[in-house]
Amino acid sequence: MTHLGTLRTAIDGDLVLELPGDIRSIESTVEYVMQRCRTCSEQARRLDLNFRVGLTEALSNAMLYGNSHDPSKRVLVEVVLQAGRLEARVTDQGPGFDPSTVPDPTTPENLTKPCGRGLYLMRKLLDEVSFNDQGNQVTLVLRLESGGFLEGGVQA
Amino acid sequence: MGFEVSQNGEVTLVEVEGQLIVGNRQELKQQVLEQLEGGDRKFVIDFAKTGYIDSSGLGVLVSLSKKIREQGGELRLSSLNEDLRTLFELTKLDTLFRIADSKELALEGF
Repeated sequence: MTHLGTLRTAIDGDLVLELPGDIRSIESTVEYVMQRCRTCSEQARRLDLNFRVGLTEALSNAMLYGNSHDPSKRVLVEVVLQAGRLEARVTDQGPGFDPSTVPDPTTPENLTKPCGRGLYLMRKLLDEVSFNDQGNQVTLVLRLESGGFLEGGVQA
Repeated sequence: MGFEVSQNGEVTLVEVEGQLIVGNRQELKQQVLEQLEGGDRKFVIDFAKTGYIDSSGLGVLVSLSKKIREQGGELRLSSLNEDLRTLFELTKLDTLFRIADSKELALEGF
């Protein structure tokens, strides 16, 4: 776990990770969360594509924009899997932003811009995407018709 | 995870192995830009061995396509799996690139 950061607490199957401000940790973090999440086979694609993409984008945004590449700032990841619902909350240590100001990247004038697709993909692929008032915490929800569970024992 | 670059006649083929994400996008950009500066103008990036592309990876493809076009060249893509194609369709980037089903088809007639 040291390459991912600190597994702060894990209560009743919930997963809480505190990450360093290092984009190289994103891939291994997402992979670790995906390994801990298991659902029935018909949900596999929604988990593997929709949740994986959403979580990756949330972590990227938190490190690149929220924490402004500052390696001393941390990112908190909380994953909760309840019956029929997988929720991930990603919190950075930045000042926050107003998500309503992010333009649609698919309009003709924005299509050729290199940035601005992360939040759009989150909104397209997850069932719910919401921010706290400060704008430094995003909550992603994926609804799972048949439920699922977080695999693995409690580690501290 | 890495990038394999090879020459097929006039076409530079870059095969992406693993992921194209925020952590390695600059490596791809640097490799392609070096080839562009060296005079190459026709590029195919193949994703047959790619598991996932994030928004940063999509962004670097857009950026490279623009730079290559500015030099009178073209960037084509190939071998997108179902998930990757979904990402291109959601972001409408499938309208920006010529996307072939395989690298062979992408190279054909380039």
